[in-house]
Amino acid sequence: MSRSRAAAGTGRSAARRAAAPTSTAALRDNRLVRVLGAARAAGRRVLVPYVMAGDPDPAATERLVELLVAAGADAIELGVPFSDPIADGPVNQRAGFRALAGGMTLGGALALVARIREHTGVPLVFMTYYNLLLHHGLAAFCREAVAAGLDGVITADLPPEEGDVLVAEGGAAGLATIFLLAPTSTDARIRSVAGASTGFIYCVSRTGVTGVRDEVPPELAELVGRIRAASETPVCVGFGISRPGQAREVARYADGVIVGSALVRMLEEDPEDLGRVGAFVRDLKAAVSDR
Amino acid sequence: MRTMPRKARAELRGRYGVYGGRYVPETLIPALEELETAFHEARRDPAFTAELEQRLRTFCGRPTPLYFARRLTEALGGARIYLKREDLLHTGAHKINNTVGQVLLAVRMGKRRIIAETGAGQHGVATAAAAAAFGLPCEVYMGVEDMERQALNVFRMRLLGARVIGVEGGSRTLKDAINEALRDWVTNVRDTFYVFGTVAGPHPYPEIVRTFQAIIGEEARRQMLDVEDRLPDCCVACVGGGSNALGLFHAFRDDPTVALVGVEAAGRGLATGEHAASLTAGSPGVLHGAYSYVLQDAGGQVLPTHSISAGLDYPGVGPEHAYMKDTGRARYVAVTDEEALEAVHLLCRTEGILPALESAHALAHLNTLAPALGPDKLVVVGLSGRGDKDVHTIAKAVGEDVGDRR
Repeated sequence: MSRSRAAAGTGRSAARRAAAPTSTAALRDNRLVRVLGAARAAGRRVLVPYVMAGDPDPAATERLVELLVAAGADAIELGVPFSDPIADGPVNQRAGFRALAGGMTLGGALALVARIREHTGVPLVFMTYYNLLLHHGLAAFCREAVAAGLDGVITADLPPEEGDVLVAEGGAAGLATIFLLAPTSTDARIRSVAGASTGFIYCVSRTGVTGVRDEVPPELAELVGRIRAASETPVCVGFGISRPGQAREVARYADGVIVGSALVRMLEEDPEDLGRVGAFVRDLKAAVSDR
Repeated sequence: MRTMPRKARAELRGRYGVYGGRYVPETLIPALEELETAFHEARRDPAFTAELEQRLRTFCGRPTPLYFARRLTEALGGARIYLKREDLLHTGAHKINNTVGQVLLAVRMGKRRIIAETGAGQHGVATAAAAAAFGLPCEVYMGVEDMERQALNVFRMRLLGARVIGVEGGSRTLKDAINEALRDWVTNVRDTFYVFGTVAGPHPYPEIVRTFQAIIGEEARRQMLDVEDRLPDCCVACVGGGSNALGLFHAFRDDPTVALVGVEAAGRGLATGEHAASLTAGSPGVLHGAYSYVLQDAGGQVLPTHSISAGLDYPGVGPEHAYMKDTGRARYVAVTDEEALEAVHLLCRTEGILPALESAHALAHLNTLAPALGPDKLVVVGLSGRGDKDVHTIAKAVGEDVGDRR
């Protein structure tokens, strides 16, 4: 029973254990924890661009990461494609299907991280879905991820009460586990997610899926304020932040800004025009820095 | 084997052994908690139970008969076969039991908009009918490939006032319709009720759907005792997501002499890889919010499926079935498209009943099961739906042109 339960990544007292402090010695050396922690201590806001690993092929992602770092990315999220991405809007869905068609897998994404890690010290985080990690084996994934140079994992369909095994394995291996909060989250859930998250807490800006939106919801500042009051862990906001003006607004109250679909769409329109992508990321970085 | 208190505790956490759970984006967690609370309050409210009972009787046509299939029994030369006639229900399948229950719950919760996913279209039609009967707007997500092969049901949904939204992503079937319905729900979670069609999905859906479908087995058990003065020896039902099977099995779960058999879709044959037999040929994984058996590749990507029956064409299955498979309380087999088609013809000619292709999978298993059991035994088959919706598919399979297909 206990072995198969561990295989399912579930535990009897998941919610209670997830609320306990999760910082471990291994995590203190984690690049994401160090970089974002230092930024929060200094009151400096961070920019976290998201791109899909292997869209359209791994070599393109490798070049792209180099460009993002040069343009001022403080950390980078790499999407690992899943066949059934229920938290993603059409732009990221299409990117995922292109990457899958190009043969991208979880193992392939780890190999890509190892190659990227030869050139840069920027914190790297996966954003993916739970079945890929579960199928790989949670302990093996966390060990291999840290060995490859990955710093954290965001699992879009894993709430903390189902995530205690991943949190424990990540803590032991030194891999940050980032959970999400949403406008519907209660204070009790904010405490639970804050307790399970290391590196940063991912605040979803609105109810919905990833994608480009026109406005920042007016109630977002209050939500971020509630989260920051409950936790010392940096809070980064994503979902729908697609322009420098929005990034500047969000950076007034959040520790970091995540920009995904806008970038992914730009690459979809013209994968070769890296100059345009670089300029966009530099504009975002400037907006986040001089909020 | 299990004591009631342990079982009750497991259900509170939405677990069936290791299976089940709630693997969804954070945005939906508070909505699932709200749904769970509202559902348990409703079940304890005599007014809710009374209204549901009345709707099931006067709107849906319950109770459904338990029919002794004399000529089918003779043709197969074995166990006495009884059919639980869910095909006679309003909208043509067992799906209406669940949709009336959930829409009633939506009204009680003050939700103003109904969404659903559908594969064969039966759940979509049943949701559209229930939403219309309670005056709520309804939108149904359906893969464009399913819209093509179930064009009649698409039109039925529209007649019933629902908007049918075609899903182009992924494999363009039920799995992708669920993905899109979940995305809609994440976006419109505050005022929208998601009427989930089967015993899969995040907790509390497996429990809610089983509760509303359990009436199938409750009636069948009572009816069998009335007619034969004893329990059946075996219950057989088809399994896609597994709602009609669990609905039939649940009342018999604590009757150790009653064997429970679920029949999955072997499509073009398990060896071809073109099938939808999650329990028979899949492995544990997380899909659509629950940990259960999933058809997946070596990297954990969910595989495309095939079945001639759109309602069984799904790579996952409800977590309680996974639990019943592992504990041995139920066993699961698979039959091919071809065997299911033969069963359609056999039931038509022996009993004058046109079964849905889904239900025909359960009937096809009788070819081996009924003779093996022998004439002293009693079998109940869940005849989950009628086959009117499948006439084009069946005609195409036998090479007949019925004229009005685009």
